[in-house]
Amino acid sequence: MSGVKQRVPQIILTVVALLLIASAFVARPEGSEAPFGQRLLAFADQEFATWFSILAVFAFLLGGLNLVATHLVKVRDRGPDRYYSLVTLVSFLIVLVIGTAKLGGPPGLQGDVTAPGSWLTAVFDAVLSPLHATLYSLLAFYIASASYRAFRARSLESSLLLASALIVLLGRIPAGRHLTAWVPEPLAFLRVEELSLWILRVPNTAGQRALMIGIALGVIALAVRMIAGVEKDPRSGGDGS
Amino acid sequence: MNGWLAPGTWNIALVGATVCTLIVVSVVRARRGAHVPVRSFPPLLALDRAVADAVAQGRPVYFVAGSQDLDNMQTVAALAVLRPLARKVAEAGGRLFVPTNRSLVMDNAREICRRAYDDAGRGDLWRDDWVAYISDDHLGFVARVDGLIARERPGLCVLMGFFASESLLLAEGGHQVGAVQIAGTASAVQLPFLVASCDHVLIGEELFAAGASLEGDAARLGSLRGQDLCKLAAAACLVAGSLVATLADVTGAQPWLFLRDAFLNVFRAG
Repeated sequence: MSGVKQRVPQIILTVVALLLIASAFVARPEGSEAPFGQRLLAFADQEFATWFSILAVFAFLLGGLNLVATHLVKVRDRGPDRYYSLVTLVSFLIVLVIGTAKLGGPPGLQGDVTAPGSWLTAVFDAVLSPLHATLYSLLAFYIASASYRAFRARSLESSLLLASALIVLLGRIPAGRHLTAWVPEPLAFLRVEELSLWILRVPNTAGQRALMIGIALGVIALAVRMIAGVEKDPRSGGDGS
Repeated sequence: MNGWLAPGTWNIALVGATVCTLIVVSVVRARRGAHVPVRSFPPLLALDRAVADAVAQGRPVYFVAGSQDLDNMQTVAALAVLRPLARKVAEAGGRLFVPTNRSLVMDNAREICRRAYDDAGRGDLWRDDWVAYISDDHLGFVARVDGLIARERPGLCVLMGFFASESLLLAEGGHQVGAVQIAGTASAVQLPFLVASCDHVLIGEELFAAGASLEGDAARLGSLRGQDLCKLAAAACLVAGSLVATLADVTGAQPWLFLRDAFLNVFRAG
């Protein structure tokens, strides 16, 4: 029985993946007289994405139920984080009720839950948006502290990083341009803004392209492992060999 | 086949088929016992030590599988790393927390961790609520995870998969509690942030190879060998293409022009 439980998901994965890959290379059928195979691949290409969206709706339900269950247990057990859990539960229920009942907005199934004046929009504008902005603004401080650690010249690599970062930073600001404005025209390529552009266009682009080629090969290798059953479905367990 | 192939896709099909063939052949050869030389990944070598230290200090391990759902290959690659990591933590008798921001990822991650603890004979230690769904909202997810990290003070934070702006928020959260941080992403935009803020980083394709490298079985290592051969072939094509294009422009000779056009036709995108 466990063999069947392992094999069925693998068969589904292999068949669906091969259909989707093939559909990317097969011409769209014109009319109903196109060969069955061609129509099947076109169907797979169009419909599988919709099926995933339907699955994702159930996933929301799974996530919501897990969230409520986890925090209910924490409140019940009077754990150290119970007050955070209580806030989460109350917020979850309030947003669920005003969103489902479409309070303050146009009623009915077709009514837009995010219409201006709806309570859900008010919660988004007055609570969620400022919270997002607060958290997002932390990035400014975190970038500074992370950069400080990364740019300390402790090795050849970090020294190179520091030098190129300085050149790019100076090349992006007006003050940086004034620093090397005195460099004569024949040596204009040594001006900081030109060096900055060169770093971005040549070594940076070369690195990015190498990265993208490697990523594409990595994705293909992982996909081949999954289709061939070498990289097993995480739920099926086993060693995968 | 006439009329079946979509216009402008034959070259992608050809290159894709060649890459897949190289990988499959490498897997088959490895399974038959051929020697598979595979490079090591320093961030993964640091993993064993980091897990042991975290457990010895009585501090938990945190694992975040990116911010995307299971339809993203980086998430799949992250879960492939989770399995051997969970086994290592279980064998050391430690606690592994996996906050997720997609419920399907939570479901899979929970199953992976439960099996890993069972396989290590530490099923008694495992608790289902160590893998929890937090929120689909990126910043809400980060707020909760950073809060957990601040309170639980993990000894090791592993961040694998696709990240957007939350990468630095998560990594700095871990840094502030003195956790060893091992990250991996194929998101080129977020790589600099992770490199700046983490102790060890798997860059780009290394993320997709990490799970296979940690598992270490012949078939998976064979696929890594295939991946490396493909990279070698890509580099050779880049050098050859550059040479041919240069010679075609400089000499204007017909054979070089023909070769240049052939290269352009095979490697053009779309």
